[in-house]
Amino acid sequence: MKNEERFVFKPGQCVMVGLLGVGECMFAIASSPTKKKYLEISVMKQGKVTTALHNCKPGDHVGIRGPYGNNFPVDAWGGKNLVLIGGGIGQAPLRPVLQYVLDNRKKYGTIHIFYGARTSQDLCYKNEFAQLEKHDDINVFLSVDKEEFGWKGFTGFVPGNLMRIHPSAKDSIAITCGPPVMIKRVIDVLINLGFSEKQIFTTLEMRMKCGIGKCGRCNVGPLYVCKDGPVFSVEQLQRIKGER
Amino acid sequence: MKNSIIKKHQIPDFIQHLLQGYTLWGPVHEDTISIYRQINSPEQMTLEFQKCKIPPKEIVFPQTETLMRFRKEKNVTVETPPLPKKTTVIFGIRPCDAKSLQLFDTVFLGDCEDPYYASKRKTMISVGLTCSTPSENCFCSSVGGNPDDSRGFDILLTDLTDTYYVEILTEKGEELLKGFKGCTPATNQDSQKKNEVCQRAKKGITRQVSVKNIETILDDIFDSSYWETIAQRCIGCGICTFLCPTCHCFDIQDETAQNKGARVRIWDSCMYQEYSCQASGYNPRATQMNRVRNRVYHKFNYLPKTNQVLGCVGCGRCIDECPVHIDIIEIIGHAQEVKQ
Repeated sequence: MKNEERFVFKPGQCVMVGLLGVGECMFAIASSPTKKKYLEISVMKQGKVTTALHNCKPGDHVGIRGPYGNNFPVDAWGGKNLVLIGGGIGQAPLRPVLQYVLDNRKKYGTIHIFYGARTSQDLCYKNEFAQLEKHDDINVFLSVDKEEFGWKGFTGFVPGNLMRIHPSAKDSIAITCGPPVMIKRVIDVLINLGFSEKQIFTTLEMRMKCGIGKCGRCNVGPLYVCKDGPVFSVEQLQRIKGER
Repeated sequence: MKNSIIKKHQIPDFIQHLLQGYTLWGPVHEDTISIYRQINSPEQMTLEFQKCKIPPKEIVFPQTETLMRFRKEKNVTVETPPLPKKTTVIFGIRPCDAKSLQLFDTVFLGDCEDPYYASKRKTMISVGLTCSTPSENCFCSSVGGNPDDSRGFDILLTDLTDTYYVEILTEKGEELLKGFKGCTPATNQDSQKKNEVCQRAKKGITRQVSVKNIETILDDIFDSSYWETIAQRCIGCGICTFLCPTCHCFDIQDETAQNKGARVRIWDSCMYQEYSCQASGYNPRATQMNRVRNRVYHKFNYLPKTNQVLGCVGCGRCIDECPVHIDIIEIIGHAQEVKQ
């Protein structure tokens, strides 16, 4: 980034990234603000804009506007143990939290990372996890949904892996992101493990167009995911009537 | 500011006076309906209408609006549309529609102001028209309005048969009349006649619904099967959203041909399945019930919570035009009776 002091953001916030003539999509910023010289997003190739982004080459120009939305309250979590639970491309918004915590390591307790995908090909940031596994105070539990030749980690869904390891809820914060059904099941498991609704955070995805709470589309009840989210505690979500 | 009288036969002169210095929108008859159009000559406009089919929201929130144009040659050049050169006067809008524009202000102005809306809205001057004869499905008085509600206007006209009573409500309104010699001061008799017209108008609203505690009532019945019953008839045509003066959902699309194109904002509808469908295929509002319920809650629960305004102005257009006769007055009225 040039003039990085003009773009100030916190872990959990998002940016609209677009290509003129194709369109825009909202992406979680997948890097921490502690990484000063660059901004990262992770793009899953799914539709028109994401395919066009995948076809970009180094040096191509893209449009970015933001940062939008609220953030994970990482500064309020000093002293806490962190449990990060991601599924598929849902790991992208958790990555800035992980990087932020690692860049401020002494402020936080142990880290448990649960991350899974349909297949090992769908797992993101594989090299980074391999490095993290070397740390004593960082516990990484990767999984793939179905049996796969050569896979040495857990086979099964992420909530099942979480249940298997049952991290302690004491002095802990859990953050989860992934497919909606996974988020729901993970929250159920966390509650069973003794996490209160205040201890569990998620970051929601909705189809977005304006990114600033005007086009009306990304609401969960009275709240707009682009503006009032995307980060919500489960305590907040339980109070809202609305599809998500 | 003293109130005035304009004789009806002088209205064309007033329109001509406005055309000298302003861009003018007003009601016109087109085929069998009344609709707001840009006015180029006094003969186009009519003030003899009950309710315009399409609300005037498109004047400040066009159905299709270019946000920017771009060319990709050696470099990329982007240009945004020029600001309007003249102030817009919107003539002959009803109190319910003026109220809807005030709701739009809570969405498009304030935090992160929408410059496309603001450039039209902030300089706009409104000349309203009291509803002397409300139509069958009007219920503005149930949702905090009235046929003679002057909020949101710079001038409010009331039809006194041969004349219009002219209430000048703001400095902008006063400015509008500068140089026009067709006004005479209103007398006490004129004022009394105006009050009588307004009282008759209020009695002319035949349909009512209580919205007392509607936010809390809707909080309690969100999971009720009532919404399945309500949504059964809905065919997802979206006409309610198209004609609703407070609906403001939009899409943004890029259009491109060879090396140039535009980013365009277009009206969208929460009643369409694709509206909230994500690229993964997951759709949080996959059924018509979800979408119908979301729309009702947006008007009567979500907007009151976030913008402190009811999202319905009681114009009745959705009731008039719904092809399967879904009736928002009945929906809200019966919601009170639904048990958990």
